[in-house]
Amino acid sequence: MLIDIQEANAKALAAIQAAQPIIKGIDTAINVVPGMKKNLILHAGPPITWAKMSGPLKGAVIGGLIYEGLAANPSEAEKLAASSQIEYSPWHEHDGVGPMAGVATASMPVWIVENKTNGRKTFCTLNEGLGKVLRYGAFSDEVITRLKWIEKTLAPVLKAAIPLAPEINLKNMIAQALQMGDEVHNRNKAATSMLIRELAPAITKTSFSQEEKARVLEFMHSNDHFFLNLSMPAAKAMLQAAEWIEGSTIVTTMCRNGTEFGIRVAGLKDRWFTGPAQMIRGLLFPGFEEKDCNPDIGDSAITETCGLGGFSMAAAPAIVKFVGGTVSDAMNFTRKMYEITDGESQAFQIPAMDFRGSPTGINLLKVCEKNILPQINTGIAHKDAGVGQVGAGLVNPPMKCFEDALEAYVEKYCQN
Amino acid sequence: MVVCHLIRKQTYFDSVTLMLIGSQVKKLDGIENAVVGMCTGYNIDSLKRLNMYQPEFDGLTPNDLIICIMGKDKATAESGIAEVEKRLKSRKQASGASAELPPATQEEAARRLPEANVVLISVPGEYAAREAMQALNNGRHVMLFSDNVSIEEELELKTLGVSKELLVMGPDCGTAIINGTPLAFANAVRSGDIGLVAASGTGLQEVTSTIHRLGCGISQAIGVGGRDLSEKIGGRMTIMATRALAADPTTRVIVMISKPPAEKVLTPLFAEFKNIGKPVVVYFIGADPKMIEAQGFVAARNLEDAALQACRLSNKKQYNPEMTDSEIKKLADKVKLPAASLRGLYSGGTLCDEAQRLLQPAIGEIFSNTPVKGCKEMPDVYKSSGHCIIDLGDDNFTRGKAHPMIDPDYRAERMVQEFADPNVGVICFDVVLGYGSHPDMAGEMVGAIERGRKKSGRNPVLAACICGTEEDPQGWQQQKARLAEAGVSVFPTNVAMVKFVQHCLERK
Amino acid sequence: MSKLVSFFGQKVKVINLGIPSFAEDLKKQGVEVMHTEWRPPAGGNKKIQALLAKVEAWQSKVKAGKGAR
Repeated sequence: MLIDIQEANAKALAAIQAAQPIIKGIDTAINVVPGMKKNLILHAGPPITWAKMSGPLKGAVIGGLIYEGLAANPSEAEKLAASSQIEYSPWHEHDGVGPMAGVATASMPVWIVENKTNGRKTFCTLNEGLGKVLRYGAFSDEVITRLKWIEKTLAPVLKAAIPLAPEINLKNMIAQALQMGDEVHNRNKAATSMLIRELAPAITKTSFSQEEKARVLEFMHSNDHFFLNLSMPAAKAMLQAAEWIEGSTIVTTMCRNGTEFGIRVAGLKDRWFTGPAQMIRGLLFPGFEEKDCNPDIGDSAITETCGLGGFSMAAAPAIVKFVGGTVSDAMNFTRKMYEITDGESQAFQIPAMDFRGSPTGINLLKVCEKNILPQINTGIAHKDAGVGQVGAGLVNPPMKCFEDALEAYVEKYCQN
Repeated sequence: MVVCHLIRKQTYFDSVTLMLIGSQVKKLDGIENAVVGMCTGYNIDSLKRLNMYQPEFDGLTPNDLIICIMGKDKATAESGIAEVEKRLKSRKQASGASAELPPATQEEAARRLPEANVVLISVPGEYAAREAMQALNNGRHVMLFSDNVSIEEELELKTLGVSKELLVMGPDCGTAIINGTPLAFANAVRSGDIGLVAASGTGLQEVTSTIHRLGCGISQAIGVGGRDLSEKIGGRMTIMATRALAADPTTRVIVMISKPPAEKVLTPLFAEFKNIGKPVVVYFIGADPKMIEAQGFVAARNLEDAALQACRLSNKKQYNPEMTDSEIKKLADKVKLPAASLRGLYSGGTLCDEAQRLLQPAIGEIFSNTPVKGCKEMPDVYKSSGHCIIDLGDDNFTRGKAHPMIDPDYRAERMVQEFADPNVGVICFDVVLGYGSHPDMAGEMVGAIERGRKKSGRNPVLAACICGTEEDPQGWQQQKARLAEAGVSVFPTNVAMVKFVQHCLERK
Repeated sequence: MSKLVSFFGQKVKVINLGIPSFAEDLKKQGVEVMHTEWRPPAGGNKKIQALLAKVEAWQSKVKAGKGAR
């Protein structure tokens, strides 16, 4: 095979840079998510079986089965979850992403994000809020009730509002948020505010009751991370444009399911390279200790894969307080990422780095050659289902993922 | 004794920096031993040998840094670790608090300085050839300071270099002065019309420094590495360098310095020299000068003579050594040796060899750790007996320590040891100045001399030669003054010093 | 030898890989030098180094093939 890696990667980068992810709409998962089925549970991270799942993911599965009406109570749900009647599949294999446990079932409403440049779509559920929520593995009545409200009120209101608002280009919104102190993984406050601002007039114009519209606005307002469930599918839409360019060593997926970390590479179509999910180093909320923490979990590392999140730490220095660092440390984390990326984002510019574009296009070869791992900022989940977030900090993928991917790449392309 | 340690994973420093820090911290009060190094097989063995190995070191890689301190008690050991960390941190800061993190690869460095035309490589041998190849593929000349590069790799590199007219200086090349710029261990020498090609670092330093002190100058001083004139390499780099100097309008005299080439290389080499069309001074260390003269070239008898001949050919007038034979003899006559034996403590291997070669016919049995023909192997390199001329830069002495031109500690220790031997009548040593070398080697040697005198109450005759120029960072005159103050007879060349030593020994 | 001879007239500009004092000495003399905080590739991992070397060799062939056209 005569493939010039530099050329292949340049092609991949160009496709990523050219992406224009917009909010297309909202619909029920079964209607729009490719391959969705009544008995299918989508989850964050690489493929995993029930037996291997960590606490938060198991809890979320239980909650999902109850929500979907497939089980009447937690103990039924557990039995069902372990049986062959329920199928599990990574969100990434269905053109979507999910934060933390990332569990999605057929009846859940999802954001539809479209990359106008290539017409492809990506999906993500709507963010439930903070505290005891499904994505941290909670499955109490309160959780189910909230999920139902999202299905019956939040989603329909927003679905109706979207066509009444100007088209929302997520790339532009993220670019602006980056210049307002967000990195759209752990800091989404500015982006959430801008989203509400864009949708509020349209929401008021829909024909739902005053009370419903007010509750929708209050709900979004109460959750600083509401935008995360849009930044993630936007990042996925951008990276998806590089899949699956022959010979390219650009990393298009980084994700975790609470047990394993998984990556995918543009030139290695559909293949997962996994290793143990790592423990996060950071600050724990009062009352929690190291032994309470779950390993790294969630598809939110898609933001880092796209040059946001930990890669743009220089844009959101407040994050480093979680790791006892300084503003200068935040800048250095971003600087280090330029060593393992092929390009700089044309859209996402970081004011503190003199508006330099964020490090974009993680190159597998550079990660291996320089022994520098991508830097991820993330929340820490309690290892028991349903307790919630116990802290935040820094984490890296295991090098094994990249070593295995390199081995597979050499086997595919370099045997004469 | 308490052993404390600190591991810094994935934190890389070069071995010289680490060894120097270890060596400095070891001198602190209450510290028995300090091992600061990357977790290589070699350092693991050292730690085990010193009973400092910790189970936590299992599973570490050569990219993980180990700081291990043995101190008289826990507090002392821990403060030793803190001291090491402090020095490492200031080392990092010294490399510049700029907006960019420094490059970590040749590729990144080239991106930031695309006009670079030379790559100076001193990374561990197993990686050096790869970096050199990359440099050549990118059209840059290579100075390969690293050793432990295989001869096959050397052949591949030099073949490529020659095909692209790019210099490959090395492997194991410590000295070069290219386009007026001293690289690695080299002296500040004025520009002129003498071009040199050398397979010896200190040899090149001695000849170029002497040329400068005599008032002449150099066009290029090209190091080719010690194996270039072996049969396998065939003198590839020497020949290319010689051809270039022949074609270079600035160069009017060429000097060749090396050990005698392999048989098969001699003929083609002489053929090349004949084609030059400019006068050539050849110094094949230890070879019969008549053999060279028979070919029509000027043969030098020693390093000092190589410089004198080159200057003579450059300026078409006679040059005399800076110190005449009668001056040297007069100095020797004033001196009385308290005992009969000579100890030579050398940092430069070529100078050590030269001393042996010059003295062997005159003073009888000479021992060395690197004996030349006619001299004998020291039965115990750590304990001198009889006349001993020692190369302290040899592997035996540099395990876990930086070269004696950088780290004076062992030579200073050995100096004190020799003072204590009642049979020692004269001690001679070289002080090599220039970039790369210790900032005040004379001061370090004087310190050792004073300690030696105090501890032993003895006063052997002391002689030193300073290889360097006034323009060197250390300053030739300043270094001389320091030594002279301490009662050391100072000489400009190794040859002069050796003549002095010979006279002293003959007078006894 | 004209290429090498014309190099003799140029200012030396250095990339330094390894011992930092070599770069410091050059800076003191006003020579343009880019010091590199060199580390063994792939964190010293021999297996990965070998894989990367295979990729490098393959790409050399690919690029050479293109140059020939």
